[in-house]
This record gives sequence, structure tokens and C-alpha cells, in this order.
Amino acid sequence: MPLRRVVITGTGSVSPFGRGVDSLLSALLRGESGIRNVPEMAALGTLRTRVAATVPEVDAKEIPRKFRRSMSNMSVFATLACQEALLQAGLGPVECADGLTGVAIGSTVASTRATEDFFVDYLTDRSLERMKSTLFFQIMNHSCAANVAQALGLTGRLLAPAAACATGCQTIGYGYEMIAFGRQERMLCGGADEFHPLTAGTFDIMNAASCRWNEQPRQTPRPFDRGRDGVVCGEGCGILLLESLASAQARKATILGEVAGFATLTDPASIANPNSAAIEQCMRLALADSRMNKEEIDYVNAHATATEQGDIAEGGAIFRLFGGEVPVSSLKGHLGHAMAASGSLELVAAVEMLRRGCLIPTLNLDNPDPACAPLRHIRKVESAAPRAIIKNNFALGGVNSSIVLRSLA
Amino acid sequence: MTEQQIIERINTALAEEFELQPLAMTADATLFDDLGLDSLDIVDLVIVLEGAFGFKIREEEAIRQIRTLGDIHRFVIGKQSTLAKTA
Repeated sequence: MPLRRVVITGTGSVSPFGRGVDSLLSALLRGESGIRNVPEMAALGTLRTRVAATVPEVDAKEIPRKFRRSMSNMSVFATLACQEALLQAGLGPVECADGLTGVAIGSTVASTRATEDFFVDYLTDRSLERMKSTLFFQIMNHSCAANVAQALGLTGRLLAPAAACATGCQTIGYGYEMIAFGRQERMLCGGADEFHPLTAGTFDIMNAASCRWNEQPRQTPRPFDRGRDGVVCGEGCGILLLESLASAQARKATILGEVAGFATLTDPASIANPNSAAIEQCMRLALADSRMNKEEIDYVNAHATATEQGDIAEGGAIFRLFGGEVPVSSLKGHLGHAMAASGSLELVAAVEMLRRGCLIPTLNLDNPDPACAPLRHIRKVESAAPRAIIKNNFALGGVNSSIVLRSLA
Repeated sequence: MTEQQIIERINTALAEEFELQPLAMTADATLFDDLGLDSLDIVDLVIVLEGAFGFKIREEEAIRQIRTLGDIHRFVIGKQSTLAKTA
């Protein structure tokens, strides 16, 4: 069965720089940091990291209460980002309800805040009498995807991949495959997450959270830098609206780029430690899926979260596959690590790099660590005309994923 | 607590929980058609009333007959009166 080509006709973003793809790109191009000192984190007595990349307050009330009542913040972020993507693509309620538009949105876990609030109350007397009817819809695994589908009237397929930090690229990859196989015409795809101090705590207890820059939050995280000291957790949502090339062309939609290849694999070597060979294999498989040569890749958007081991493993894999000439950067320095949202938020930025003809540097990369291989790091915004980009996205649990984007301009 | 105070406490609690407009909160307003509530909201409405007045009403047959905001007012006023007599 011939596979169909899949293109991007809309993008949406809620990030530490606020709502909208334009605000995201403007901040990235200006070299702004979305990292803040979060005093609330001091309330967790043993938590050493006190920085996070939180989303400024958004007005959730534009989502009708009927839909909003079952949403935690991550579903609000996802709904607003999907609305932006649909608007850009010129799609409305008719297309949402035609059964050919599906949704693939996942998060690391569902709302930790909602879960915490419930148990704080429940454990006072182990009574369920005060449990609101909408609690479950905020803590079920497919909370974001289901809430988006309800709010937007989507009637196609629903998928809620959960692969922690690799979720963002997995949603896009699985959506791409559904369209390529002809099962759907359009898919709203992306990861979403909301910040909770316990998320930062998860990394902190593994000595993988940034702690040395609590009083200088803009100086961390530092991907590929000698001074890197770990992850800065964040939140948000990035959405790509994927569409079959035939559908996009038939309705004369503006095509922002093509999803040319996808791969995801499991690395059983360790549930926690990155494996450079598996990362390299994942990129090779994505390239093979795209039927492109490695020489055709003009830019690598790295996962690079600024952990000691992760950046070395990924840097080595990139160097072995692409050599030291292909430009590389990580957007974690600007955005922190938005967990499940990171892959898709960074892909939204990558799509804009294709469109705008520029490459965005790694923020806080002042002193490249030679242990991360002699990569061609992007140190300032570069004018370029990238035709193809590969984007990496990895997760605890031994999950790797890579996406190849290609320009159709 | 006077009946008017009870009504005000009910209306304040429901307006906050369900984002109702004060002008729409007339005694003859039906919960589903006029105020836009649904079955999930009714579950939470009981929880809100229990929290606002400190009583337990979930298992009471009378709440199944409630159709309007005025029905809620009368039910709670009656409940408070009964509780006062048995206190």
C-alpha cells in the first residue's frame, strides 16, 4: 500500500513566553530565557532546585465552562494551542466534526496538582463525599486529548501516547503514520504538561536537576556547556496540525513543512541512563523512513537537556552519524525542559526555522564541553536556508524518538 | 440564619461554582434549560451545598425532585429548619 505524504498546515504554542507561535519565536530569536526562580519550590524542604520554566498566566475563561471544568492547566494549554493551529490552517468546526480529524496529545502523567489536591482532602478522613465529578477527567491518562476533543468537537481518532519526555515527538510520529496510512486526513498532535514541584523533585533525587543557578535563573539550563548541571523543568504545549498532502493541496492550504520521517525505539539497556548507540540508531531509522541521506540534513535540533550524561550521549551520536559540520542546537536553554511538551514545542520552533530561513542557537552555551563531541554548535542566530531538519526527543524509561522535517518551499 | 440569608448563601455558592450571572438566578430559573447545568453539575451542586451548609443531603429523595433554583431554596430552607428543630 503506498503511503501518503504528510504536511504541516498549522502550529500552536503555549510556552514560558506566553501564548502563540509568534511570541515563542520572537523570544527565541531575541535570546530570551523563560526560566524563573519559583519560591513555591522552597516549600518542598529537601528540594535543591528552585528554578522552572513556567507559563505566564493565561486566560482560561475563553474556554466555555462546560469544557473547562474538566481541564487542568495542561488541557487548557493544549486547547488554546490547538485553536491557534486550526485558525492558522483555516480549519473550523465542520472539519473538526467530519470524522477525518483526529487528536494525538499526551502528557507525562495527568495533573499532579489535581491529584495532590484530592489526596490532601481525602486523607483528612478518607471520605469521597467532597470529590467533584470532574476530578477524574483531570487525572485520567488521556486527559489532554479527551478534553481537546470535547472542546473542539473532534470526532476522529483519539490517541494519548505517554512516553514522558519523548511524548511530544511520538504524538507527531504516530499522527503522521495514521495519515500516511490513510486512516485520517488531519491530526492535531503534540505534547502538553503543567509544572509541579514534584516533577522537579523527580529529577532532583536522581541528581539530574539544575541546582547551582537558583539565584541566576537565566543562566540555566546550559546544554552542551561545561557548566551544565541538569534539567530545568517547564511546562506548556506545542501543537502541529498534520494533514495529508492531497488534502492540503486540494483546499489550497499554506504548507509550512513536511513530516518526512519518524522513528521511535526502546532501549532496554537502562530505564534511566541514555544510550548513545540507541540514540544514533533512532536517528538512522528516522532518516531511513524519510528516504533521505544524512548529507541532506541541514540542522539537528537536539534533545540536549543539559544533564551530564545525556548531552554526552546525544552529542556523540550526532557526531558519529553526521560528523562535525552539521549545525546543532538545543532550545532547552530558552525553554527549559517542558517534559511531554518539549519535543513538540521545539518542533514548532523548527518548523518556523524552515519557514523563516534561520537557525536558533543554544542559549547559555558559553563554553562547549569537549566531552560532548566536537559538534558545530550554533552560538548566535544564523541566517540559513535549511531544507531538512532532524529533531530528537528522548525520555526516561528508555524511549527515543526522532522526527525528520522537510521544507516544501 | 434568615431565609433571605440562606438564599443569598446558596446563590453566592452556586454563582461561584458554576459561573452563573446574578441576573439569571431567578427563583423560577430551571437548572438545566435556563442555567445551563447538566448531570455532572448536579453532582457537584450537592457537594457545594453540603460544603456551604455543613449538612449531608446526597441520599435524600427530595433532591431528585429539584428542577428550579427556587426548588433548591425551598429544599435548603426546609432542611435547615428541620435540623434546627432536632438540634
